[in-house]
Amino acid sequence: MPKTLFQKVWDAHAVRRLANGQTQLLVGTHLIHEVTSPQAFGMMRDLGLKVAMPHRTFATVDHIVPTDQVSEPYADPLADAMIKELRRSCAEFGITFFDRSTGKQGIVHIVGPEQGITQPGTTIACGDSHTSTHGAFGAIAFGIGTTQIRDVLATQTMALGKLKVRRIEVNGKLRPGVYAKDVILHIICTLGVNGGTGYAYEYAGDVFERFSMEERMTVCNMSIEGGARAGYVNPDETTFAYLKGRPYSPKGAEWDAAVARWRAVASDPGCTYDDIVRIDASDIAPTVTWGINPGQGLPITGIIPDPQRATTDDERSSIVEALAYMKLKPGAPIKGTKIDVAFLGSCTNGRLSDFQEVARFIKGRKVAPGVKAIAVPGSQGVGLICAELGIDQVFRDAGFEWRSAGCSMCLAMNPDKLVGDQLCASSSNRNFKGRQGSPTGRTILMSPIMVAAAALTGSVADAREVFGVSQN
Amino acid sequence: MPLEKITRVVGRGVYVPGNDIDTDRIIPARFMKCVTFDGLGQYLFYDVRKNADGTDKAHPLNEARHAGATILLSGSNFGCGSSREHAPQALQKYGFRAVIAEGFAEIFFGNSATLGMPCVVASREDIARIASAIDADPSLEVSIDVAGQTVSFAGQTVKVEVRESARDALVNGRWDPIGELLEGASDAAKVANGLPYMSA
Repeated sequence: MPKTLFQKVWDAHAVRRLANGQTQLLVGTHLIHEVTSPQAFGMMRDLGLKVAMPHRTFATVDHIVPTDQVSEPYADPLADAMIKELRRSCAEFGITFFDRSTGKQGIVHIVGPEQGITQPGTTIACGDSHTSTHGAFGAIAFGIGTTQIRDVLATQTMALGKLKVRRIEVNGKLRPGVYAKDVILHIICTLGVNGGTGYAYEYAGDVFERFSMEERMTVCNMSIEGGARAGYVNPDETTFAYLKGRPYSPKGAEWDAAVARWRAVASDPGCTYDDIVRIDASDIAPTVTWGINPGQGLPITGIIPDPQRATTDDERSSIVEALAYMKLKPGAPIKGTKIDVAFLGSCTNGRLSDFQEVARFIKGRKVAPGVKAIAVPGSQGVGLICAELGIDQVFRDAGFEWRSAGCSMCLAMNPDKLVGDQLCASSSNRNFKGRQGSPTGRTILMSPIMVAAAALTGSVADAREVFGVSQN
Repeated sequence: MPLEKITRVVGRGVYVPGNDIDTDRIIPARFMKCVTFDGLGQYLFYDVRKNADGTDKAHPLNEARHAGATILLSGSNFGCGSSREHAPQALQKYGFRAVIAEGFAEIFFGNSATLGMPCVVASREDIARIASAIDADPSLEVSIDVAGQTVSFAGQTVKVEVRESARDALVNGRWDPIGELLEGASDAAKVANGLPYMSA
């Protein structure tokens, strides 16, 4: 019987059925970072447990690292304690740690693919909801809690209920100036922030077939913002070409065998899905958020919603709450909203192609006066290549602060924070209240190119106009 | 160590209205700079409960009449966003023993189940009825029958839903799966041996 990739990967990793009906699922690859793992290591010590397969866990440090300070101790003693705790735990339990001294450190969801650790047909778990990113390779990747990190450390397995699979096809051709970020924001606006509850999303269709791995990662990354715990793209030649020659990719004869396995893991023609959604690529515009969750978005040419026009009480109250927080006026165009900060980075859009694409447009131009613009490569590797290509200098010349790798202002656990009610044009993934470090700080999510357009003009702008991209 | 069989949660309730309440709101990221979960309770809903100067904002959890509530009621998609277990941990450390909502985000639901904190799905109408009964009498006893999937309050009983896997785990005292997972270790090793990418 034809099967989905999800089904094949699930079957290959199912250990046994647990008493409550869940499955004990083997976790092929476990990724950890400093924020959600220390308590798990504490539980391991309390219970006297050993790490079952230390060679299958990889650690890095991303959430709390200052991006303007590399030397230790960090100015923030709590952050300093966390990095030291992770270092100690990795040493104690024999886990590979991509520390800042290795040159391989970065946001965990950028490091995994970059190192070739993320591979098709595998199961991946990490104590971070954006683990869905790794699905871009045809892996089934789950964000998990800290107690589950303990479970994976101790047994290399976790207890999980099976998900349904929704295929989301985006067919046709994206219009100029429309990027992967717009595709996922559009999907979330269409299906809702809880539309994916209980599902894994299989992204498919013309657009995904043409997408690079980095674009696929951007989309899979925000599956969780649509409520789906996992999202994936079937592996293909693009996937194999990306993985070839990476440090942890199979080599020699093993490479050929692996590619054969990876090909076979893709969803079979004629397999059954629990749901199928089809989206026309030409319907997708450069998309920005106006509210306090990622589903509250609209095309850049759109008008901020008016609660008076809401069709349900729920919708009305959510618009009222969002506009009060965002200090935006109903009925006004979102374009032209003044910004204070521009943030380019994160596990959603902190990859080489994001900086390359923006550099192409900002070369020779300047950030608007009064705007604080920061560019944060997602990994030391991304930063190094940007330096080799002179991209960092393009950003600096334009007036961006060019930082070292980390999560930075996506969740502001490090010193990069909004102040007061500053409004940030952000390439990150969440516009929740207070997300960027100030309890009253405001976030508008958008693609990197739109962040650049906002940075240069000082307000939310249509990048197609700012950079002279044809809209047809 | 046998786990408590969580068949029933009885206590006072408090209603925190709103849909899509995310885990950043439940526990802001800056309070996750810690290496234990101890002490998280005081930061629960911090930015919606407290002003910048530390004084109280208007929030149900700041009302004296709701002090000591152990059952939280809320709207749909509760606990969306970040996978941080710090969110259910903060709820538990604050004193909550169960959450009743219209719906839960997947990861939050799983994290809560593993901590032995039932997440119970009720209809909007029933949540509104329970909330209004609590508003009329905050000392009202709310009783969640986890096994029977009902909530009783003020002489009324409504049907609720507790997902089967979580319900089984809670009522049979196996909500922390570590023991069962460790029993499966040799089976797990066999599966791993059959997967080339997992070889050392």
